[in-house]
Amino acid sequence: MAMNGPASAWSSGSGRLHHQTISIIVENCAGVLARVAALFARRGFNIISLAVAPTDDEAFSRITTVVDLQETSVEQLTKQLFKLVNVVKITELPPGEALERELVLVSVRCAPPGGPGPSRGEVGDLVRIFGGTVVDVGQEALTVMLAAEPAALDEFEELLRPYGIIDIQRTGRVALAKLPHQAFRRGRGAPGGDR
Amino acid sequence: MQLTGAQALIKSLEMEHTEVMFGLPGGAILPAYDPILDSPIRHVLVRHEQGAGHMAEGYAHVTGRPGVVMVTSGPGATNLVTALCDAYMDSVPVVAITGQVSRPVIGTDSFQEADTVGITRSVTKHNELLMSAEQIPLAVRQAFHLATTGRPGPVLLDVPKDVLQEKAEWYWPNDHEVSASLPGYKPTTKGHPRMVREAARLIAASERPVIYAGGGILKARAADALRQLAELTHAPVVTTLMARGAFPDSHPQCLGMPGMHGNYAAITSMQEADLLIALGARFDDRVTGKVNAFAPKAQVVHVDIDPAELGKIRRPEVPIVGDCRLVIEEIVRVLEASGDPQADRSAWWAEIEQWRQHYPLYYAPQVESEPLRPQAVIEAIRDASPPGTTVVSGVGQHQMWTSQFWRFEEPYTWVNSGGLGTMGFAVPAAIGAKVGRPDRTVWAIDGDGCFQMTAHELVTASSERIPVKVAILNNAYLGMVRQWQEMFYEERYSEVYLSPDLPDYVKWAEAMGCVAFRAETPDDVAAVIDKANAVDDRPVVIDFRTDANEKVFPMVPAGASNSDVIVHPSQRPGGERVVQ
Repeated sequence: MAMNGPASAWSSGSGRLHHQTISIIVENCAGVLARVAALFARRGFNIISLAVAPTDDEAFSRITTVVDLQETSVEQLTKQLFKLVNVVKITELPPGEALERELVLVSVRCAPPGGPGPSRGEVGDLVRIFGGTVVDVGQEALTVMLAAEPAALDEFEELLRPYGIIDIQRTGRVALAKLPHQAFRRGRGAPGGDR
Repeated sequence: MQLTGAQALIKSLEMEHTEVMFGLPGGAILPAYDPILDSPIRHVLVRHEQGAGHMAEGYAHVTGRPGVVMVTSGPGATNLVTALCDAYMDSVPVVAITGQVSRPVIGTDSFQEADTVGITRSVTKHNELLMSAEQIPLAVRQAFHLATTGRPGPVLLDVPKDVLQEKAEWYWPNDHEVSASLPGYKPTTKGHPRMVREAARLIAASERPVIYAGGGILKARAADALRQLAELTHAPVVTTLMARGAFPDSHPQCLGMPGMHGNYAAITSMQEADLLIALGARFDDRVTGKVNAFAPKAQVVHVDIDPAELGKIRRPEVPIVGDCRLVIEEIVRVLEASGDPQADRSAWWAEIEQWRQHYPLYYAPQVESEPLRPQAVIEAIRDASPPGTTVVSGVGQHQMWTSQFWRFEEPYTWVNSGGLGTMGFAVPAAIGAKVGRPDRTVWAIDGDGCFQMTAHELVTASSERIPVKVAILNNAYLGMVRQWQEMFYEERYSEVYLSPDLPDYVKWAEAMGCVAFRAETPDDVAAVIDKANAVDDRPVVIDFRTDANEKVFPMVPAGASNSDVIVHPSQRPGGERVVQ
């Protein structure tokens, strides 16, 4: 669901494009998503995915968005976003420093036991391996759900494809910054460590 | 105390010290026009809503206070869009109130309904649809706060008719409640001390600095601070189109305007500088020319209240987010306290003097038998007008000539449409400027193409007794487009001819209640200007018949490097070299 705006000095050009996850805390008020989306379009940034929901404080919402841009333009994008009066806080979440999840619902073909073609059992195995759940069972299809890292969803989707995907809906990405784990990572400051 | 939304709206505007508003009533905004009858606020009834917007801008430009506009829903609001966009591009504080259809019918395509908040989202600093009367006082306070602080700009409040009619308890929020209601809005005004010290260090060490002063100087009321910095450092100063008047043209360090039609010395000094001190400027393409080739040898100190401007076009070595006045004062303090001597800039000034002498602003002198030289007309008006005269222009050749040949000595005496380049800006903006500063003579220097776009607002000026003066430099062409067609399209003139006497500008002006004159020969010029300056009870229009062949020089062609500036033909090799 890319939103194509005019190419701008920041979003186009020779630099390599990469996905950048940005978490935006906004006031939870009418039209705020339209403001953010309009800014992306007007300044020529490309939205790859978008997820919006209120935070624990009902007065604010968190917009998690994945954009496709050059490294140099992340700064310009966040500065432009911050000019919106309803934008309260912006966090850039570089890959590796963020916990990222998406959810997918897939309806996939499978025959009842003894029927022709792949069975429910095979699909069910895949779902179990990925840690998904079966959420609906039909005569010749299953609907399954998986919430996982985006890469795992890609893989899951590819593995299901040969069975025949009837319908699929992925959500936008949600993300939070990883908690600080310095003590454990260093292995020194932790209690019981040898120094 | 219970008030209707309409009463609360007008009372809120009064509480924000609104003296005057520009507008035109209609169905949805009708309820708000009733309490105006009992309010001390002066309402100027315009003839078209775009005029109201530009009047508000003109008012804001000269007073520093937000201009207030009120119009109705649908076409009233859409007619305002150009002016909002203009104010947004030039960071002009404007508060716009638009009527909206009643809440129950919003979204049903009802009569005169438009998605005003949607349409104006990208041309306002902020906008808001108010869904209850009790919201109004806080929304008005927020609007004035947002319009005037940080990077100024237009703010729009869209008010449904039934919200204006419903009653609510009057409550005027305090400062704390206003800032608490805007959790995402905290403009940085004080520069980062380490960055300020770094800027001061680069400035002191620079042998070839240029102060690149932009419109932000005026918005921040920083003209005095700029002068202090300039005199302390003895650095040359260029003033952009939006900053004309921020530094006196008569000052020996002033090099005039940079950019596409700038002074040769201003353009070239930036190209040769080792340090650009950009103050409230935004590296607009009309200033930089080809960005990759702009000021190639310069490091950049960039001060702006809008963080998004830092690094948008040119990455600065020293970015400073802050209010121009506060940051400049801080830089001056650091420079003075350090006691470090400024670098030797005598070689730099010697070079600059060469450019000034060889390539001054120039036009071929008026010849008796030829049509009027537009530049000579501007100089004649300039010389016949009292100090502090406010000059307003439209957009095109006449705008560039006015910026070039007027001598700006004081801040807030120059009003024009820089970023958006809105033809038709001059007449309404001049009216707003005169309302804002009735003590000053206001001259609109306009083109014939521009004048035809908004001249009808002279009816407003006549009926409201707002005595502006309008000089039409009538060359019967869309002059700037003609110039480009002459220079870059092999003189293939396409759709640029307008005719000198259709309309008959004198008759038209008289029909609108103005005094009107025509000047066709050099002998007429001084006399009609004196007559115009003598009129102080109604608007005056002069139709100056000017030479369509005159072009604006110097010129950097679009997309070219500023090092490839085209000077006046007589200043080119083989031409008649002009040395004053």
